[in-house]
Amino acid sequence: MITPVKTSLLKPDARTQKRNAAETRFRLYGLSAIGAGLAILVLLLVTIFNNGLGAFQQTFITLNVPLLESKLDKSGERDLEKIKKVSTFGYAPLMAQAMEDALAGNGIESDLKAKKKAALLSKSAAADLRNFVITNTDKIGETVEFTFLANSRVDGYLKGRVTRESIADDKSINADQLDLVDALVMSGIIEKRFNLSFITGADASDQRPEAAGMGVAMMGSFFMMIVVLALALPIGVAASIYLEEFAPKNWITDIIEVNISNLAAVPSIVFGILGLAVFINYMHLPQSAPLVGGLVLTLMTLPTIIISTRASLKSVPPSIRDAALGVGASKMQSVFHHVLPLAAPGILTGTIIGLAQALGETAPLLLIGMIGFIASNAPDSVASGLLDPNSAMPAQIYEWAKRADPAFYERAWGGIIILLAFLVTMNTIAVILRRRFERRW
Amino acid sequence: MPALWLTLIVLALAVLGVWLGRAYALRSAGGDIRALHSLPKYYGGFVGLSTLIPALGVLVVWLVAQPVLIDRTVVSMIPSEMADDTGTLSLVMSDVRRVSNGLSLAVEQGVLSNIEAASVLPEVRTTLAGIGVALGSDVAPEILNAAQTYRTLDALGHFWRMVIVLGLAVLGLGAALSKIAPEFRARNVVEKVVLALLIAAASLAILSTVGIVLSMLFETRNFFGLHSWKDFFLGGKWAPNFRGDSDLSILPLLWGTIYISIIALLVSVPIGLFAAIYLSEYAGRKTRGIAKPLIEILAGIPTIVYGLFALLTVGPLLLRTFGTDGVLGVEWMSGTNAVLTAGLVMGIMLIPFVSSLSDDIINAVPQSMRDGSLGLGATKSETIRQVVIPAALPGIVGAILLAASRAIGETMIVVLGAGAIAKFSLNPLDAMTTITTRIVSQLTGDGDFASPETLVAFALGLTLFVLTLGLNIVALHIVRTYREQYE
Repeated sequence: MITPVKTSLLKPDARTQKRNAAETRFRLYGLSAIGAGLAILVLLLVTIFNNGLGAFQQTFITLNVPLLESKLDKSGERDLEKIKKVSTFGYAPLMAQAMEDALAGNGIESDLKAKKKAALLSKSAAADLRNFVITNTDKIGETVEFTFLANSRVDGYLKGRVTRESIADDKSINADQLDLVDALVMSGIIEKRFNLSFITGADASDQRPEAAGMGVAMMGSFFMMIVVLALALPIGVAASIYLEEFAPKNWITDIIEVNISNLAAVPSIVFGILGLAVFINYMHLPQSAPLVGGLVLTLMTLPTIIISTRASLKSVPPSIRDAALGVGASKMQSVFHHVLPLAAPGILTGTIIGLAQALGETAPLLLIGMIGFIASNAPDSVASGLLDPNSAMPAQIYEWAKRADPAFYERAWGGIIILLAFLVTMNTIAVILRRRFERRW
Repeated sequence: MPALWLTLIVLALAVLGVWLGRAYALRSAGGDIRALHSLPKYYGGFVGLSTLIPALGVLVVWLVAQPVLIDRTVVSMIPSEMADDTGTLSLVMSDVRRVSNGLSLAVEQGVLSNIEAASVLPEVRTTLAGIGVALGSDVAPEILNAAQTYRTLDALGHFWRMVIVLGLAVLGLGAALSKIAPEFRARNVVEKVVLALLIAAASLAILSTVGIVLSMLFETRNFFGLHSWKDFFLGGKWAPNFRGDSDLSILPLLWGTIYISIIALLVSVPIGLFAAIYLSEYAGRKTRGIAKPLIEILAGIPTIVYGLFALLTVGPLLLRTFGTDGVLGVEWMSGTNAVLTAGLVMGIMLIPFVSSLSDDIINAVPQSMRDGSLGLGATKSETIRQVVIPAALPGIVGAILLAASRAIGETMIVVLGAGAIAKFSLNPLDAMTTITTRIVSQLTGDGDFASPETLVAFALGLTLFVLTLGLNIVALHIVRTYREQYE
C-alpha cells in the first residue's frame, strides 16, 4: 500500500521551490544585465559632461591697456605696414604696465616680479592685442579695456583642476601667483565666463591650451560631410534601385550582394589604408584634405546607405508597381515616379544615420593625415575648404587626447560634447522623419 | 584648363542640349506632341546624356591614365644609378614633380618665360626658392631635364584633354540632335542609358573591394620583396627600427589583438546575451520600449569617445586599483595602458551589438516551440535554457563571431587604451599592442613608402582584412542558414 505523501497544492514542494528559485535567479541575471548596460551608459554620459562642460567656460582677465603711441607707432603716421612691424614682444610691456595699473587701482600688493605677474595672461594674449591694434589703428594713443585669456594654469585653478598641491613641480606657476589670482578674483578682474571661441575658434599650439577651439575642425567635418552626401547618396540610391528593382537573379548580382554586406563589416582602418594608397599615393590628391577624407568616408558609408535604401524600397508594396505598369508606365517610370518617392523618407533616414556614423569616424582620418598639425585657419572658399589641410572633429579630439598638458583633456571632453550634440541632432531628425512619414502598408 | 572647368563647360553644354533637344523634337512634330514617340523631355534627356557621358567618361579615364603614362616616360629618362630600387625612384620622381610644378609656377608668376623654363637653368634652386618652392638639395641636370620633359608632356596632355573632351561633347550634342525625329524612340534609349548608370553604381561596390584588395596587395608584395615572409608570419618579435634590420613579425601583434578581443567578448557576450534574453522573453512592451533604445545609444557613440573613456577614465581607475599605491596595495600594473583597459571598454562598445543581434535571433525562434515547452510544465527559464537557446545557438554563435570581427578591427580604443609594447604575455594588466595600432603608428610617422617598416602596415592591413572577412563570411553563413531553418 502506498502511503500518500502529505502535500498541498498551496504549498510547493522542495523541487518546485528550487525550480522557482532558479527562475527568479535567471530573471535577475537578465535584469542585472540590463541594469549594467544602463549604468554604463549613465557612467559614460556623466564622465563626459563632468569633464567636458568646463571647456565651455574660460577664465578671462580684463585690463585697461594703454596703447602708447610711443611704443606702437613711433612715426605717428598710422601707417599699417609700420604698425605691423611691431612684434608681439613690443606689446608685452604694455600688458605688464596694464597689469601693474590694475593691481594698483584695486589696492592689491604683490612682491612678484612684473614678468611673473604678466605670466598669468595667456601666451596668446600679446598676439590677440596686436591683432586688435592692427584692425583698430585709430585706437592707438587711447587706453582701451581689453579682455585677455588667462593662462591655462590660472584657468585650471579656478576650475579646480590645478591645486596648490598639484603645482609643486610646475615651473609655469607658483603659489604666490595663485595668491595674486585669488586677490584678482576678489576684485573682479579675473572672472570665468562662457567661452564662445571654444566652439568657433581654431586649434592652438601645445603651449596655449586656453586658446584652442573646435571651429576649424568643425568646418573640416562639414566639408567632408558635403562630399559624402554628394557622392554616397546618389550612388547608393542608384545601386539599390538596380539591385532591388532591375537586377536579374544570377551569380553576378549574388556577388555584388555578398560584397556589399561584407563591405559593411570591413574595419574602418582598412578604408584608411585604401585612401592612403589610392587617393594620396596614386592619385596625388593633397594630404589632410577634407576631399580625401570625404572620399574615404563615402566608400565607408555606401554600404550603410545601400542596405537601408534597399529595405525601404522593399517595403513599398508590389501593388504600387503593378498599378503603374497597368496604366502604361514603363518599368523605369514606375520606379522613378512611384516607388522612389514613396521610399524617400526611409532613404533619407538611412542617409542621415549613415552620415552620423561617418561624422564620428576617426581611424581612417588618422591614416590620410588629418592629425598632427594645427588647423589654424578657417577655409575662406569652397575649394580651399575641400583641398586645404584641415582637421575633423573626431580627429581634433584625438589630437588633444594625445597632447601632454591635462588642460587639453578638458578640451577633448568638451569636443566630445559638441560631437555628440551633432550626432544627437542628426539621429533625432532621423527618428522624427521616420515617425512622421513612415507608412505602414 | 583645369578638370573642374572642363566639367562645368561640358555640363553647360549638356543643359543647352536638353533645351535644344526638346525644342527640336517639338519642331519636328510641328508643335503637336501626340506625333512624337516619347514625351519631349525624353528627347531633351537623350541629347543631354549623349553630350555628357562620352565627354565625362573620357575625362575620367584621362585623369587616371595621364599621370601613369607620363610617369612611365619620365622614369625611363632617369639614369639607373640614381634610382637603384623602387624606394629611391619614388623619391626622385617626387623631386621631378616638385621641380616641374615649381617651373610652372615660375612661368605663371612671370619669373621665367616659357622658353627659359624649357632650357638648361643653372640656378634653378634659387630661382624656385624665390617664388616659395623650397627644394631640399641642388637639382641634378638629369632631374631638371626629366622635370622639363614632365612639364612639357603634362601641358601637352592637358591641351589634348581639353580638345578631345570638348570635341566629344560638341560631337555628341550634334549627333544626338541630328537623330531627333518624331518616330525616334527617345524614351527607350534614355531608359537604357539610365539602367546602365544604375548598373555602374552597383558595380562600384565591387570596385571598392577590388581597390582595397589591390592597393594592399601591391604594397604587400613590395614588402615581401624587402622583408622575408618567414619572419613576418613565423618570427616571434616585433621591433621596427627605422635604420633598417627590423624584426617585423605579426605574431605578437596577433596575440595582443586576440587577447583584447577575448576580454571584450567576455564582457559583452554575457551582458549582451542576458539583456537580449530579458528584453525578448521577460520585459513588457513598456520596459522594452525604453530599455532597448537606451542600450542602443551605446552603439551610436563614436569610438573616439570610447577611446578617450579608456585613456582618461577606465585606465586611471584600474591603475588606482591594481597599480602602485593602489587600493589593493598590489603592484601589478605600471601604466594606464593595458590589455584590460582596452578590453573592458571594447566590451562596453560591443554590448549593444551583441544584444541587438541576439535579440533578433531569439525573436526568430518560433513561438510554438516555447508554447510546447511551457505546456509540458517547464518554467520560463527552463524553456529559455533548454529550448530557446539551443534552437537559437547557431545564430548566437554567428552573432558572437560578428562581434569578434568588430573587436579585431577596432582601432581607436586600442590606439588610446592598449599601449605600444609588442609581447607575448598572459597578464591582462600589461600594456600590449594590436595589429590596428601598429598600422596607425607605422603609417602616421615620417617614414618613406619604400622602407619595410612602413610597408609592413599594408601587410598587416591585408591580414586584418582577410581575417575579418573570413570571420564575417562564416558568421553570415551561419546566421543565414539558421534563419532559413525557421522560415
